[in-house]
Amino acid sequence: MSYKAKFKVWRGEGGEGRLEDFTVEVNEGEVVLDIIHRLQATQAPDLAVRWNCKAGKCGSCSMEINGKPRLGCMTRMSTFAEDETITVTPMRTFPVIKDLVTDVSYNYQKAREVPSFTPPEGVRPGEYRMQQVDVERSQEFRKCIECFMCNNVCHVIRDHEENKPAFSGPRFLMRIAELDMHPYDVADRKDSAQQDHGLGYCNITKCCTEVCPEHIKITDNALIPMKERVVDRKYDPLVWLGNKIFKRSSK
Amino acid sequence: MTQTTPDAPVRRQRAQVKVRTLRTDRWWITPLLTFLGLSSFLVYGVWAIIDTSNFVEPYIAPFASPCLTTSAVCDGARLFGWAPIGDWYALPPGLLILGLPGGFRLTCYYYRKSYYRSFWLSPAACAVQEPHGKYTGETRFPLIMQNIHRYFFYFALLIGAILTYDAILALVHKPLGLGSYILLANAVLILGYTLGCHSCRHITAGRLNHFSRHPFRYKAWTLVSKLNAKHQQWAWASMFSVMGADLYVRLVAKGIIAFPFA
Repeated sequence: MSYKAKFKVWRGEGGEGRLEDFTVEVNEGEVVLDIIHRLQATQAPDLAVRWNCKAGKCGSCSMEINGKPRLGCMTRMSTFAEDETITVTPMRTFPVIKDLVTDVSYNYQKAREVPSFTPPEGVRPGEYRMQQVDVERSQEFRKCIECFMCNNVCHVIRDHEENKPAFSGPRFLMRIAELDMHPYDVADRKDSAQQDHGLGYCNITKCCTEVCPEHIKITDNALIPMKERVVDRKYDPLVWLGNKIFKRSSK
Repeated sequence: MTQTTPDAPVRRQRAQVKVRTLRTDRWWITPLLTFLGLSSFLVYGVWAIIDTSNFVEPYIAPFASPCLTTSAVCDGARLFGWAPIGDWYALPPGLLILGLPGGFRLTCYYYRKSYYRSFWLSPAACAVQEPHGKYTGETRFPLIMQNIHRYFFYFALLIGAILTYDAILALVHKPLGLGSYILLANAVLILGYTLGCHSCRHITAGRLNHFSRHPFRYKAWTLVSKLNAKHQQWAWASMFSVMGADLYVRLVAKGIIAFPFA
């Protein structure tokens, strides 16, 4: 069963652009990315879109569909009414290269600023011994496909470009939480999370969790636990006293 | 994800979409309902503090419990005969203690989300532009004070225990009234909300990196995590239950509800 759908697609290079109208055929079982490809094939051969796996696992086709950050390949056309006009725009938080393709290098820069996994001295790869319960929390975060929709939707940088230098976004705060919870990581990440990566900017409004295509509970399982760990370190005198008295490590 | 090459000709400007949001769904309904729900709680709370009909044997209104004074209508002395404030205190009894459960809810991670969205519009909904020109989040005063949430949790746990004690006192009273069950349901919901708190989750074992070395704490963490997964639902249910139970006791105390076994 096919029908003609109305689309508005953002066209332009850099920030300057406009929404262009298209009427395009839609067939049963198709997703938004299929329609974008049909536009390329039939009406707009120079339409730029980043895509790769078409299976929701590469994180390439992040875009905003009717204003919501979505993966183009995982958004079924059957979720829209046939007479609905569907608006497709690039991710708003990142600079546009062309049409639907954004420059996401902000994320790579922030990724490089997170110190890598740091095992204890004298423990070599192959000697790590961990039980499943010790790594389960971190494994949830490893599902991330780096679509960067969480960073895109986060209002801290989406609505306030000036916060980008101070804030690494949910994706990389989750990475810090993952490492901080790791039984064999000895790097101190709590002070850094607050001072260097802007954990305090997060006001836990959970948009990152809402848009995550992997359904990772970013806020509840990474950001809030990390905030609590920072409280241990910086704001809780009882924990500080306990660490002193019992000579506990705060790591 | 494919990385752009460093020398890619990038004009560093985001798409200049001129509207606040391109969302077509009714995204404003949730913040509006949240605003109305939380506002009703605040308005009720102010009325409950002022209202003096907060005790009728065997019920005490949750907003006035524990009654730490002997001068108020609640007749103090229900808390193991302990009324440290004595009879000189003439203000509403709720003023003495409501700051603690109020502070617990104010700094709660779920309520923070709800009022940042519905009252402060920061943001009102996902991918809806917020109206503020500047944003510093919880990095400075006053919002940096949200970090004391765990201390409010300790007091909230105590208040939850006291409300449970109140419910048990009402349940052992003869004849048994409907209010006893209402107070019991409220105590269960309050405890469910309190024990599912993110700070509680952290304190039980969330702060540990080796669950396997602390099996009992890990077990507690898994139980708290189950409650925590529904923290939003517990928050709303307990908020309405505490209002409902409080109103019920006051209406019985005023004689407005006067059916047998009330």
